[in-house]
Amino acid sequence: MAASKTVGDVLRAHGVSRRGFMKFCAATASMMALPPSMVSAVAAAIEKARRPSVIWLPFQECTGCTESLTRSHTPTVEGLIFDAISLDYHHTLQAAAGQRAEDAMHQAMEENYGNYLLLVDGSIPTEEYESHSCTNGHSHLSMLKEAAAGAAAIVSVGTCAAYGGIPKANPNPTKARGVQDLITDKAIINVPGCPPVPTVITGVLAHYLTFGTIPELDPLGRPMAFFGQNIHDRCYRRPFYERGQFAETFDDEGAKKGYCLYKLGCKGPVTYNACATLKWNEGTSWPVQSGHGCLGCSEPDFWDKGSFYRPLSAAYWGDAKTVGIGAAAGAAAGLAAAALARGKQKKAQQEEKA
Amino acid sequence: MNEGLYLEGMSLLDFARGPALRWAVIIFVIGIVWRLTALLLASRKQLEPTKGSATSGGIKTLLTRSAPAHELEKNIVFQHYSGYAWHIGMFVVLLFFAPHMLFFKDILGFGWPTLPNLFITFFSVVTVGILLVLLARRLMNPVLRQISTLDDYISWLIAFLPFLTGLMAFTHITFGMRYETVLALHFLSVCLLLVWFPFGKLMHAIFIWPSRYKVGAAFARRGVRA
Repeated sequence: MAASKTVGDVLRAHGVSRRGFMKFCAATASMMALPPSMVSAVAAAIEKARRPSVIWLPFQECTGCTESLTRSHTPTVEGLIFDAISLDYHHTLQAAAGQRAEDAMHQAMEENYGNYLLLVDGSIPTEEYESHSCTNGHSHLSMLKEAAAGAAAIVSVGTCAAYGGIPKANPNPTKARGVQDLITDKAIINVPGCPPVPTVITGVLAHYLTFGTIPELDPLGRPMAFFGQNIHDRCYRRPFYERGQFAETFDDEGAKKGYCLYKLGCKGPVTYNACATLKWNEGTSWPVQSGHGCLGCSEPDFWDKGSFYRPLSAAYWGDAKTVGIGAAAGAAAGLAAAALARGKQKKAQQEEKA
Repeated sequence: MNEGLYLEGMSLLDFARGPALRWAVIIFVIGIVWRLTALLLASRKQLEPTKGSATSGGIKTLLTRSAPAHELEKNIVFQHYSGYAWHIGMFVVLLFFAPHMLFFKDILGFGWPTLPNLFITFFSVVTVGILLVLLARRLMNPVLRQISTLDDYISWLIAFLPFLTGLMAFTHITFGMRYETVLALHFLSVCLLLVWFPFGKLMHAIFIWPSRYKVGAAFARRGVRA
C-alpha cells in the first residue's frame, strides 16, 4: 500500500460503505467524548488523513497485544482503520523477514523521520540484562532509543510496554522497564491492558488521525477518554454491590444470578479501563460479564498486587507469628513496668515506716 | 506473606495496606499487652478493713455505670446517649460494611453477613454528625473545655479521620485527589488509630470494663456505693 493513499481511499478499496464509515466516526467521536457536531469533522479528517507511517516494535512480549488487535474478527471498520495506517514494520505481521525486514524499517524511519508513529509492545530489559532480549543482534533498548529519536509520538501498547508489566513482576529478572521509564523527551501515550481493548488502540489512532495531536492523558499517561473512569463505576453489577449482594464462590447462587464479584477479588474499584463500556469481541462480553472479577491488568505492577482472588479490602496486616512476637514483647515491657512500679512502692513504704 | 509488599513500584495505597498497616498492628499489639500486663500486675495493698463484697460491688458497678447516675442525669443525659449512638454507629460501620468484614475475615478466618450500603451510609453520616456535635460541645461548654486535655482532642481527631476518609472514598468526594490516594489515606488513618490506641484515651475501649469493676470493687470493700 502506498503511503500517499488517504485513509478514505483505503476504506473504499475495502468496500466500506459511506454509511458504515460514518457509523464508525460517530462511535469514535462518542468514545472520545466529543459532541455529535464533531462527527463530520472526525469523518472529514480521517477520510483525508494521509496514512501515517507506523513502526511497531515488539520487545519482551507475548504477542497477546498483537493477537488482541488482529485476531478478533474480520474485517471490521476498526480493523480496516488499523490496516489503513502504513504499518512499515511489525515483525509478526509483515511478510518480509530477516535483513529485508530490518531494511524496510530503516527505510521507513529515514523517509518519515520526525513524523512516524512508534508503537511498542513488550517491556525492555536494561542494565546488565540489556542483551537478554535482542532482534537481529540489536538489543531492544538500543532499538527503542534509535526508533524513538525520529518518532512524532510513541504509543505503548499493553501494560508491559507502558509500565513493565509481567516481565517487570517481582523479582524482575531482566530489570525490565516500560517505555516511559526510558524515553523522556517524546510524547508517549500509554494504552495499557493485558491485552488492551482493541477498540481503544484504534480509538487512539483515530484521534491521532483526526487531530494530529495526542489525546488528553491521565496521570499514568493513559487517554482520559478510555481510562478516565474505573471499572467499578461503570460495572453493570454495581447495583448488587450497593445492595450488599455478592457471589461468595464462582458457582454459588449469587454467581448464577450475576451478583457483584468483589468478595472474589475483583479489582474493578481501583482499575481504570474501558472494558465495562466498550467490551470485547465486538461488544459481546467482558471479563466481569463472563463471571470473573477484574484482574486490574491496565494498572502498573498489577502482577505484584497480591492474589487475583483476594478481596481488595483484605490488607497485609502481618501474620500470627509477628503478632505473637509483638504480644511477647508487650508482655515483657509490662512485666518490667510492673516490677519497676512495685520496687518504687516498696521503697516508698519502707521510707514511710522509717 | 510478602505478596503485595514489593518496594519497587509501590504506590501509596500499597504502602498503606502493606508495611504501614503491618507496623501499626505490631505497635498496637505491643502497646495493648504492655499496658494490660502492667495494670494486672500492679499491686495494691489493702489497708482498710473489709466492709462488703468486692466482687458483687464490682459487677454491680459494671451495670450501674452503663446508664447515667440518677443524680447527674439532667446534666449528662445528652452526652451519655449521644455517646452510645455514635459508638453503635461506629460498630455497625466497622463490622457490617462488606469490605470491612472482608478485612476482618482475612485476619480471623471467618466472615459474617453484612448490610447494604444504604444503611452503612446512614450510620456513617449520623456518626460523623454526632462526633462533630460532641466536639463543638466540648469546645463551647466552659466546664468541658476546662477538663479537656490535648489527649481528648487528639483521640477525637484520630477516631474521626477514618470516618472522614472512609466517607470521602465511598462517595468519591476526593477534593481533587485520586480515589486510590483517598483509599490510602483511609488505611493510613486506621494505622494512626492503631498506633495511638494503646497510649491515649482510646485505650478506654479495653480498660473500661476492668476499671469500672475495680472502682466498684474498691468502693464496695469499703462499704460505699460506687
